[in-house]
Amino acid sequence: MAASLDTAERLSHREPGRLRAARLGLSGLFWRHPWAKALLLLAPPLLAFVLVYVASLVALFLSSFWTVNPLTTEIQHIWNVGNYTSLWDSSVFRTVTFRTVGIAAAVTFTDAVLAFPLGYFMARIAGGRSRAFIFVAVLLPLWSSYLVRVYIWRLILDDKGVLNWALGKAGLPAANIGYSNWAVWLIFAYVWLPFMILPVYGALERIPDSYLEASRDLGAGAWTTFRRVVLPLALPGVVAGSIFTFSLTLGDYVTPLLAGGTNSQFIGNVVYSQIGSGDVPSAAAFAAVPLAVMAVYLLIARKLGAFEAI
Amino acid sequence: MEQRGTRVALGAWTALVILFLWIPLALIAVYAFNKSNVQSWPIPAFTTHWFHAAWTSEVKAALWLSVRVGLIATGIAILLGSAAAFGVARFRFFGREAISFLFVLPIALPGIVTGIALNSAFIAGHVNLSEWTIVTGHATFCVVIVYNNVLARLRRSSPSLLEASQDLGADGWQTFRFVVWPVLSTALVAGGLLAFALSFDEVIVTTFTAGSQNTLPLLILGYIRLGQQLPVVNVIAFAMILVTAVPVLLAQRLMRETGVLRRGASAAVVAK
Repeated sequence: MAASLDTAERLSHREPGRLRAARLGLSGLFWRHPWAKALLLLAPPLLAFVLVYVASLVALFLSSFWTVNPLTTEIQHIWNVGNYTSLWDSSVFRTVTFRTVGIAAAVTFTDAVLAFPLGYFMARIAGGRSRAFIFVAVLLPLWSSYLVRVYIWRLILDDKGVLNWALGKAGLPAANIGYSNWAVWLIFAYVWLPFMILPVYGALERIPDSYLEASRDLGAGAWTTFRRVVLPLALPGVVAGSIFTFSLTLGDYVTPLLAGGTNSQFIGNVVYSQIGSGDVPSAAAFAAVPLAVMAVYLLIARKLGAFEAI
Repeated sequence: MEQRGTRVALGAWTALVILFLWIPLALIAVYAFNKSNVQSWPIPAFTTHWFHAAWTSEVKAALWLSVRVGLIATGIAILLGSAAAFGVARFRFFGREAISFLFVLPIALPGIVTGIALNSAFIAGHVNLSEWTIVTGHATFCVVIVYNNVLARLRRSSPSLLEASQDLGADGWQTFRFVVWPVLSTALVAGGLLAFALSFDEVIVTTFTAGSQNTLPLLILGYIRLGQQLPVVNVIAFAMILVTAVPVLLAQRLMRETGVLRRGASAAVVAK
């Protein structure tokens, strides 16, 4: 009996029975004690994350309550909320915050307007082949280099760029919007647009045809069906997309740096220069502003059901 | 269902938006062949000279660093991200949602927060900024991508398959090799490709975790800011667009093969 089992094992696995027995034993152990396996799987990534990432974040948060000695630029561990109150008191910080949030909102609105008809066409009108084509046409710009896309727009919006050339050909006056807040808005709307399109498309695609038929059977016109059926069902998708466009704009500093003018500083730019001058506490306090804005935004988005639409 | 006029209008809008997305990408292909040093439109003449001129030792070093960092960060992300995904997908325990949230945090927070947090932690801990600090920064957000991809795949595969495998006498390794791996492999490769593409392109976290070394994006960021070497920037920009297209198209194919096109879309978005 033992011999035949051994042969069978060798035939099927071609390895010493002892090793196989050990492996079976180990498998059995994990089967009987699933928490051992869970611990083994989760401990390495969790430890790495907590030790490196979470610890850094906590340290950064704590340092926002410290101060910097203006003479030695050394960080002094004196607890105070001065970094936060000076955010509120300083008109520069206020202006920068309003500019950042305002442009982020404008970008989000622009992307929603651009994306919705496209998402609708993709989900409900385009056939399988053209849908796949549009999908790739949206996905490739999403993943192509962010820096490269910002750079191209610098060339386009330059006074001697494609935009002014095209306007000139059409007999229109030159726009000259390079290195301004207009440029920052346009470029952000461009680079984050795919992030809006995909969730909007997803939400529209999940609406069953029968809902629209039912709406029509009940006597609703095209506009009423759109307003009362399609729009409410698609809203979570728009909100989901807006989380990306809004938060990505809020935390960015490269586009204002490369394409903005003298009055285009974002929160990120100020934080960047504070870090450059060694003032970690002020930088940490100001970086908390976009986080707080996003936290509020996410709470609202959750109420609107955006998390089911991602 | 929609009226003809509506459908035509929607189609036209779609075409315009896609042109808006693609015209800039097409323009960089033209600028890469610009004969002049001045980047104005229309370009005066075509040349392939800059493709040769762009291949400087500085560019080579930056490219090689970007590839190295991308590969190591992706490797770490595959190990940690898939382990975390298995742990979260297969077990129910207290704090599971919190752990899930924790892994998504690096992409949910603005890059600059991750960047300055790591930067000040490295400085406070007297860690010299080096290739390894860049890898650490990149790995934190690459883990999420692998994690999301693997988790989505595991949620669609039935756990009873594993029990069936064990009932038939397979040990853990055999179950992994013959049952789990075939289901998992494409998700893992797709996640790895996307993680690499993201690392290869990253600017913000890299700025704060790099010392004197330049990754390719940092190098061209420096060139653009100083307005130097713009013909070289054009060529690199063109090449980067071509090169990033390959892993993305591959990843997309891998996700579609298993019917994940739609979920894959949002996974890609969440990943970014």
